[in-house]
Amino acid sequence: MNDPITIIVDDEQVIGRDGQTIAGVLLGAGCVAWRGAQHGERGVFCGIGICHDCLVTVNGVEGVRACQRQAVDGDLVEREVR
Amino acid sequence: MRIAVIGAGIIGAACALELAERGAEVVVVDRVGVAAETSSRCEGNLLVSDKQPGPEADLAIHSNARWRALAARLDEGRADGQPATEFEAKGGVVVAFRGGEEPLRRFAATQREIGIRAEVLDADQLLAAEPHLSPEVALAIHYPDDAQLQPSNTTQALLATAVRRGARLVVADVTGARTARGRVAVLETTAGPIDVDAVVNCAGPWAGQVAERLGAPLAIRPRRGVILVTTPMPQRVFHKVYDADYVGAVGSGDAALQTSTVVESTPGGTVLIGSSRERVGFDDHPGVGPTTAIAAKAIRLFPFLAGITLLRTYFGFRPYAPDHLPVIGEDPRLAGLYHATGHEGAGIGLAPATAELIAHAVLGAPTELDPTPFLPGRKGLGAVA
Repeated sequence: MNDPITIIVDDEQVIGRDGQTIAGVLLGAGCVAWRGAQHGERGVFCGIGICHDCLVTVNGVEGVRACQRQAVDGDLVEREVR
Repeated sequence: MRIAVIGAGIIGAACALELAERGAEVVVVDRVGVAAETSSRCEGNLLVSDKQPGPEADLAIHSNARWRALAARLDEGRADGQPATEFEAKGGVVVAFRGGEEPLRRFAATQREIGIRAEVLDADQLLAAEPHLSPEVALAIHYPDDAQLQPSNTTQALLATAVRRGARLVVADVTGARTARGRVAVLETTAGPIDVDAVVNCAGPWAGQVAERLGAPLAIRPRRGVILVTTPMPQRVFHKVYDADYVGAVGSGDAALQTSTVVESTPGGTVLIGSSRERVGFDDHPGVGPTTAIAAKAIRLFPFLAGITLLRTYFGFRPYAPDHLPVIGEDPRLAGLYHATGHEGAGIGLAPATAELIAHAVLGAPTELDPTPFLPGRKGLGAVA
């Protein structure tokens, strides 16, 4: 199994495995929705980079597709709210 | 009374509900299904801000008031799993760049005379209302009554409510009509004949074709409109914001309402940017021309959009009449045939008032509205004798 990595999601440490996407790390930790929209939270819908529902801010960069961005140890991830 | 409503878009669904609640036996006939065309390919605008004083403005003001109660009722009465109307009374902000202030100021003054709320925003108020708007904006007017809803969800909610009141949906194409004693008596469809006492043609941009099949041609044609959708983002656009360049077009006495750039955010986080209007028949290959033109104008309003990714674009056909007024009422050539179409880009907003006028025309239901300007027999429609 790949080495563990730690990313920070809104000040909380989340443990994943090297090679996972940010969405993979979040899903692995039991989190299925994270982007705040007006009628409920959004998360991975398509998982292939098309729907843009899983967007997060990573290291200060807004609008990153969590399903496409490989997680790197120490990444600072922030939830986005509409 | 047995009534066939042709078209399951927002107008057909609103008419079906109004007629069913007044005790009519309603069959809705659509060749594709619910909100399959124009009503799911638009923006869900409920606007009073773009209406110049006249019959359509009266209809819009009345309809705007009715939507508030109707959307609340649809949301309260929805079944499990049925999506919300997403009705938002967010208000509109109409802006002018340098040189365009006076036409907009005069336009707003004429609107205030008929009861449309239109408030000039000073620089501080504008910054608070829309902090990401271009600093080059020279005048901004706030229209608190402009609103928005999710049009295909809402069409489905209207029709679902009508079905609970006894209406039926038949997916079929209309092929013709038979008459008896000078009145329409049978609607012919690909799913078989339907016995009727009245037919309401709510086929939107296809209403002209449908009317022809029923033996009473109507001068309704399509206009294509393209809309851009950005990727979701934290909210940066808080109202329906648009450029008042359409005011000049209205003032010129030219072919009435022209395109206007509308920028708005949706509850899902995307930003919708519209809209072009082109008379190209039912051509379904818009290419990139409208998209680039719309994007350039939108960036002038909201410079931050230059750095935003487009998720997709979509387009729909809007029904227009030669005199740019909705066509609502009984056909003077065929008793029992009624039309409710020609709303151009305003059909979502005008649906409840249109349904009220149809209930008035078909069932004699009361209305405060004057039906006369919208009647199919008017001179402005040309093709109708």
